[in-house]
This record gives sequence, structure tokens and C-alpha cells, in this order.
Amino acid sequence: MPDRSTLLRVEHLRKVYESATGTVEAIGDISFTMDAGELVCIVGPSGCGKTTLLKCLAGLLRPTSGVVEMDGSPVTGPSPAMAVVFQEYGRSLYPWLTVRGNVELPLRHKKLTRAARDKLVVDALEAVGLAHAARSHPWQLSGGMQQRVAIARAIAYQPDVLIMDEPFAAVDAQTRADLEDLVRELHASRTISVVFVTHDIDESVYLGQRVLVLSTSPTWVQEDLAIDLPPERDQITTRALPRFTELRTHVYDQIQRAKRGQAVAPRSAR
Amino acid sequence: MTAYTGRIATTTRSRTVGSRIAASVLYPLGLPTLLLVLWGLVATRSTNRFFPDPLTIAEAFRETWIGPAFVEDVLPSLARLGLGVAASIVLGIAAGTVIGLTRWLRELLEPLLEFLRAIPPPVLIPVAMLLLGITDTMKIVVIVSGAIWPILLNTIEGVRGTDSVMTETAESFQVTWWERLWFLVLPAASPRIMAGVRQALSVALILMVISEMFASSSGLGYRIAYFQRNYLIAEMWSGILLLGLVGVFLAVAFGLVERRVLRWYHGIREVNRA
Repeated sequence: MPDRSTLLRVEHLRKVYESATGTVEAIGDISFTMDAGELVCIVGPSGCGKTTLLKCLAGLLRPTSGVVEMDGSPVTGPSPAMAVVFQEYGRSLYPWLTVRGNVELPLRHKKLTRAARDKLVVDALEAVGLAHAARSHPWQLSGGMQQRVAIARAIAYQPDVLIMDEPFAAVDAQTRADLEDLVRELHASRTISVVFVTHDIDESVYLGQRVLVLSTSPTWVQEDLAIDLPPERDQITTRALPRFTELRTHVYDQIQRAKRGQAVAPRSAR
Repeated sequence: MTAYTGRIATTTRSRTVGSRIAASVLYPLGLPTLLLVLWGLVATRSTNRFFPDPLTIAEAFRETWIGPAFVEDVLPSLARLGLGVAASIVLGIAAGTVIGLTRWLRELLEPLLEFLRAIPPPVLIPVAMLLLGITDTMKIVVIVSGAIWPILLNTIEGVRGTDSVMTETAESFQVTWWERLWFLVLPAASPRIMAGVRQALSVALILMVISEMFASSSGLGYRIAYFQRNYLIAEMWSGILLLGLVGVFLAVAFGLVERRVLRWYHGIREVNRA
């Protein structure tokens, strides 16, 4: 069993964008913790600041106030303990590099021997089922395969947390199901923690051990829901379980409430 | 599992090899041949001595350029052209990258660059002659003074236009500054840089000739001007022909390099079109 110590701690995170036309409060007050080895899905209505939250977690954005802590130390910038899979694989993979080159790029600055680096690359490509495409360029592959390359790049980097920003929003439904199973499989086999942001309710319930439902902007965590589905999940049987339906209906209701603004902010949120 | 198989797009051509070779020879050579024949016909009937027929020019070409003149005039010209182009590429890309990546520098320099770029480089020749004398350096400086602009300005634009998600990706994986330059910024700008180099090549060829016509004792430009002043009409035409051939050679060489450097770029366009 993976270690159950706190890996990621977010406390009173707030992000306000300032511009010439005024200020926009994207995130009001978000607090949650995540244990090592967990797979947490973050779901919320569109425009609720999911991407902003994720960028703050990844150290790509500075929060206006509040803390993000990884393993007890504050996140002030990108860290080797985290790897991000972006939604727009077409703009995240470098078209001038081969699949192999893309996966290898983040490893170049790590102090690794040539052989160790090669092993990580080959291993990551095998894990996502793309060993045969190592010498191709990303644009020669389908969307689903390109996102697999992005996932391979992230796991080759050997992070503690994989941060995924609506990674499957742009692929078709069947590919999406396969990629969801890939994420669950990687999570189970590699003792890697995953933060998975999505706007798809079914996806969040199917994938997650926990689902955080976010409110509309300025955002807080409206509900922290444990997903008590069996750990062995399957696209057909799991989605047919009555409990799955209950959970997804529950999350759906929560999001509808969020959209109508009926949910009440916790007192700490301003 | 279906997910583990996938098609890798490749580009195929359906035409047969034979017809392709025939087409690739006939199309480019057909029209020039026709024009040469027409020219020959017109020239043999005309009495104007400024338009000798192609055979006379071919003869002059052989006599003029194959021999010592190649070493004395053509090679030095080509060497200056090569050095000028190389310096323009290196300086243009280096300065363009720095300016493109540094916002305040860009805002500071932009009006100045627009002004400098607007000056026709041949007017700098007298200035360069005063400062540098009638030397090879002067000629190379003149070539660079014209050829650097398309490369510099395109590099600035290309570097500035680096995709934000690609930059964020590099940031999140803590890719180092040099790696970012080499694996992200320069490749991302390369289509624009190459477009700049293509323009620079034709500008450089023009300036090579002009810099030699002003004050010089060797070089292609000098020779052509010399023949013209001495009524050696066929020889003059043969020099112009040689210049044209140099231009064609440069374009072909550039095309080969470009196809190699921008293979990914053309590949994407081909996949998108399919």
C-alpha cells in the first residue's frame, strides 16, 4: 500500500488577476490536502478557475495569498516533484522533435547517465503503448496518441505528482475511455499521485478516489467527496454500478447548485 | 487492446517513378530551351550588335570564365558573398534572439531598426570606402549591411511568437535556459528565420555585384562593368549569365538546407492538407 502521509497541502489559496480594466477574483479561498499515492479529481463548472488552480499547484502562477505545500515545503516555482500534462497536446509537444526527443527533453538537465536516460524514455513509452512510435514526430500521430506522448514525457520525469489539466477534453469518446484506463493503470502501477482536473462529471467519478467539486468563481471547494467504488474499475461494469450513478448524480447536483450560486461559501472565504 | 495500435501518418506519392523523372526534367528545362531557340533565331536575323546570339555568348562564357578568371574574379566574389551571408546569418540570428527575448530592448530598438533597414545599402558604399578603404572587409560589410535585415527582423518576430503553452511546458519541466533556446525558441522561430535567409540571399547577391562595380579591381561585378565599358558585349552577357547561374545555385542549395531544417514544418502542413 502506498504511504498515506500528506503530500500536497493547499491552504486558503486565493488568486486575483489584476488588469487595467479592473481586478478579477479567479480563486476565492481553496483549501484541501492530498495524501501521497492518491488520485484526486477536481471538477467544477466551466470558468471556475480550474486551470488557475492547477497552475498555482504546479508553481507556474504565484497565488495572491495562501500556501501551496509539497511534502512540507512551500511551492514557489516549478519543481521536479511535479509534472504537468496540458490539455492542448498540440501546443505542448514540440513538433520539431521526435516522440523520443520530446520525452527525453525534460530529462536532459537531470544528472543521469546516457543509459539511465534511455531506459527512462523507453520505459515510459512502453508504459503508454507507444514504443513503436519513438522515431515518429508528434504530428504524425492521432490526438489520443499525442496525449499519450505527453503522459510518457510526464512519467519519464519521475514526479511524485502528475498534474493533468483536462487532458482528454480534445479527444474522441473511445480514445478517451482508453486514456482514462491508462491513467488508472499508471497510478496503480507506479505509486504516483495524480491531480486530475476535468469538467466531465462521469470522468471524475470513474477516475477518482476523491472528487473535489469547485464552486463558480471566486472559487472555493464546495464538496470533498470520497468515491467509494471498488479499486478495480472497468469502463462497462463500473459505469453500470448503481453506486456510480448515485455518485455522478450527486456531483451533477452539486455543480448545478454551484452554477445557480446556491451553495453557501464557508465562513473563511471572503 | 485497440488503444495500443495506432496509425502513423506517412506521405505517399502515387505517380510512377518514370513519369515523375520525365516531368521533373521536362518541366523546368522546357521553357528555357524554347526561349534560347527563339533568342538564337531573333539574334541571327538582327543586326544589333548588343544582342549576340546564344552560341557566341556560350563561346565567350567558355573563354572568359573557364580559366584564370575563375580563380581571379569568380572565387573571390563567391568567397565575399559566402562570408557576407554567413556573417549576416550568425549576427542576425544572435542579435534577433537577444532582442526578441528582451522586451525593453525590443521596444528601445524597434524605431531605430526600422530606420536603418529603410536605408538602401548601396548608399553606404562610399561611407564604407572612406572608413574601411577599398578592401574585402568593406565589401563584406556592405553585403552584411543589406542582408542582415530580413534575418534580424524575422528572427525577432519568430522568437517573440513562441507559443505560450510550449513555453509553459518548458518552464514546468524546468528546462534550462540553453536547452530552451536550442530546443524551443530557435526551432519555433526557424520557419520565419529561414524565410529571412531566403530574402537575404538575393539581397546579398545584388550587393556583392554592386560593391564590386563601384571601386574594385577584381570580382564578377568589376568584370561585368569592365566588359561593358570596353564594348565586349558577348563577354558582358556571359557575366550576367554567370550571375544568374550563381543565383540559381544559391536557391537550390538553400532549398536543400531548408527542406532539411524545416522538415517538421512541411510535414505538418502536408498532414493538415491530407
